Amino acid sequence: MSETTSFVLNGARVTSHANSDTSLALVLRNELGDKSPRIGCMLEQCGSCRVLVDDEPVFACTADLETVAGKRVETAAAIDSPVVQALLDGNAAQCGYCLAGIAVSAEALFRSHRAVGTRPARSDIVQALDAHLCRCGSQARILRLLEDVEDAS
Amino acid sequence: MTPAELPVMLRVTASLDRWLEFSDGRVIAHSGRVELGQGLRTAMAILVAEQLEVSIDRVTVPDPTTASAPIEGVTAGSMSMEIGGAALRQAAAWARRLLIQRAAARLGRRVSDLVVRNGEFMIGGEPTGVDYWQVAGDGFDFDIVEPTAERQSDEYPERLRRVDLEERLRGGAFVQDAAADLHARVVRPPSIFHRLVECEATLAEPGRLIRRESFIAVAHPDESAAIELAAHVAARCQWRRLQPFSSAFPDDSVDNALAIVDGALTESKALNVETEMTASYSRPFLLHGSIGPSAAAACFVDGRLTIETASQGIGLLPGVIGRALEIDAGSIHVEYVPGSGCYGHNGADDAAFDAALIAVACPGEKVLLKWSRQDEHRFEPNGSMMRLGMGATVRNGRITAWSHEVASYTHVARPSPGAEGIDLIGAWFAGVGEASTPVPRFAAETDMHRNAVPLYTFDEAAVSAKLWADPPVRTSALRGLGAQGNVFAIESFMDEIAHANQLDSIVLRRRHLDNDLRAIEVMDAAIELAGGLDGARGFGIARYKNRQSIAAVVAEVEVDEETAAVSVRHLWIAAYAGRVIDHDGLIHQLEGGAVQAVSWCLKEAVSIDEGGVVGEDWEGYPILTFSETPIVDVMLIDDRDAPPLGAGEVTVGPTSAAIGNAVFAAAGIRVRDLPMTPEALRRAASA
Repeated sequence: MSETTSFVLNGARVTSHANSDTSLALVLRNELGDKSPRIGCMLEQCGSCRVLVDDEPVFACTADLETVAGKRVETAAAIDSPVVQALLDGNAAQCGYCLAGIAVSAEALFRSHRAVGTRPARSDIVQALDAHLCRCGSQARILRLLEDVEDAS
Repeated sequence: MTPAELPVMLRVTASLDRWLEFSDGRVIAHSGRVELGQGLRTAMAILVAEQLEVSIDRVTVPDPTTASAPIEGVTAGSMSMEIGGAALRQAAAWARRLLIQRAAARLGRRVSDLVVRNGEFMIGGEPTGVDYWQVAGDGFDFDIVEPTAERQSDEYPERLRRVDLEERLRGGAFVQDAAADLHARVVRPPSIFHRLVECEATLAEPGRLIRRESFIAVAHPDESAAIELAAHVAARCQWRRLQPFSSAFPDDSVDNALAIVDGALTESKALNVETEMTASYSRPFLLHGSIGPSAAAACFVDGRLTIETASQGIGLLPGVIGRALEIDAGSIHVEYVPGSGCYGHNGADDAAFDAALIAVACPGEKVLLKWSRQDEHRFEPNGSMMRLGMGATVRNGRITAWSHEVASYTHVARPSPGAEGIDLIGAWFAGVGEASTPVPRFAAETDMHRNAVPLYTFDEAAVSAKLWADPPVRTSALRGLGAQGNVFAIESFMDEIAHANQLDSIVLRRRHLDNDLRAIEVMDAAIELAGGLDGARGFGIARYKNRQSIAAVVAEVEVDEETAAVSVRHLWIAAYAGRVIDHDGLIHQLEGGAVQAVSWCLKEAVSIDEGGVVGEDWEGYPILTFSETPIVDVMLIDDRDAPPLGAGEVTVGPTSAAIGNAVFAAAGIRVRDLPMTPEALRRAASA
């Protein structure tokens, strides 16, 4: 099954030589050197592995490499936006293990709203982040910070 | 202000050069404490910057290693600022004093002529061209043997971006991210009570099978392949249980409770105080539940072992791992690398041992060992189940007699060179060590009796602790040790007593807080912050270990009439933690503890059968989601003249009690057994 898979990672074209059924998270972390998608459960239960694929949040742990062929992948390693800055400025995390995935899902939400000229309500933010677990108890703070994002769209 | 005594850690490590270095325009401040996500590096940087009068961005607080950092034991018990911070602050005060003396000598001026501005010496508002780094030279070669005066700022920055957060977001900061030659996975039996019957697997190169008695692991240069090999080998292993499983509730009939006096367990048997009203509370086994499973990296070269770990006690590991693997502790170098959330003794130490054993079997290659989600759920040390038996007698609106018996398995089983056994599960499977036998711990405010002594004053009070033997699952330190269960029981019972005697529960508390004006201030502040206690609201308060931070919590809940599901809508927290160093960091610690307690109280209980822990992922052991998270408001009571106190653990007990008391206010149901699931509410309602 050895072949090559090409896609755009954080704006740069990359090629992986891993098997097409390899976990996208492991390819990003081990072959392409992007350690921002975390391994938490490999079960789509915690969200810490999430990345954007063509602007949609995807669980990279269970996504096969072949599903991103020719697509645009973005990760917390490179996303720099009002959402990410608000999370960093507001010390959104304690241990920070879950933060990359949360930042990715929040970014997707704000982009989708920006596209139609709206602003996500608290309930939208909660819904977007319900695929994520945080054990340090930073959820209340993360919600506060995202409600206050000044999205210069 | 000069401290009355030298901070204790400076008596352990007196050499100033071990604490501070001045290099390339930067101050390197070495703390033996580790950054668990509590904001320690930021808070330490603030303290050092304050003493040295440099901007915070000139101060670096590196992660410690056993070679670089002062020995400071375990980063635990909410002691980092109080003990570790005091030492580093005093060391920085000494550095400033010595450097000013050197600068004055170089400039031919008096010390009192010199002013420091961001590390540069000024005279009469003009730069002298001399700064710390010019006069620091090769260091101090100076032992601190007495305290010197410390500077004190009136206030610290309101919100400072944590120095280490961006690297944690962007990737590469965690031990899970370490580069390695080999990726390794352990192949575990169902539980710690199982041992290997046979393993029929053989692996072809470059896969490796590492086997030592019942310790089985695989390694491969490719992580995907390592994961597949682990499943392949697991399917070819047979295990047997060493001892039969018993689901019976621990035997409480044995009369072996010991009395607690001034917070400390004594050798005397528990006193028997007659009380008229009694109630029994409990909490179940709890998981730490870090989002990232435990991991460690290790490399064994020429008889020297290097370990990268997120352990809270890097200084303790060489002695224990060395003993188990028969390697001289002096040949083991341990580096702290951040891990996923740490709320006590989690799997970090065990993973360090696992990685070390695998590395010794694969000399010359760096091994990165990761537990799977299932390994983590099944094998991390649990916070122990607890039972709290409470009693009280009320006369004329006052509690005249009080009794509190806490019963539990041990809350303290960290690996330590001084321990009787080797408290690392890999060592048990490998047959190179046995677990220590838990014994009653006589120190004040530790183990199950942490916060068992009430904050209140009663005419007659008997407090006791009973250590159960033979837990059905491994237990050790989880956030607050016994404090969560004890405070949940004390503060729930205060409400029950008030209700049974038609008293206002806050008035009753105030009546018995007569010696603690600070606690009354915090209580009043929380109630004021919440705008009162009317409605579906409950209250709880505690002073951590009865001598550290104080937190008072008001919770507002909603109880669904049809489903009996509890949701916590809002928490209001007031806290006193001495002098506030990192305002935002302190708030985050308080709210983090509170939100975690909401999760414990509403959802969490480890279930165990003969195959070990039953729920081996987040569906089997659910934790709080974003949609279940309350709004949290925190206010701090700052005391610039007091030492700073830690606050990571103080809110778990008061929050738990506040939720239980709010459920009673909302639905008239007293839930004494955690967690407060719909089944628990229905059970309590029909009791």
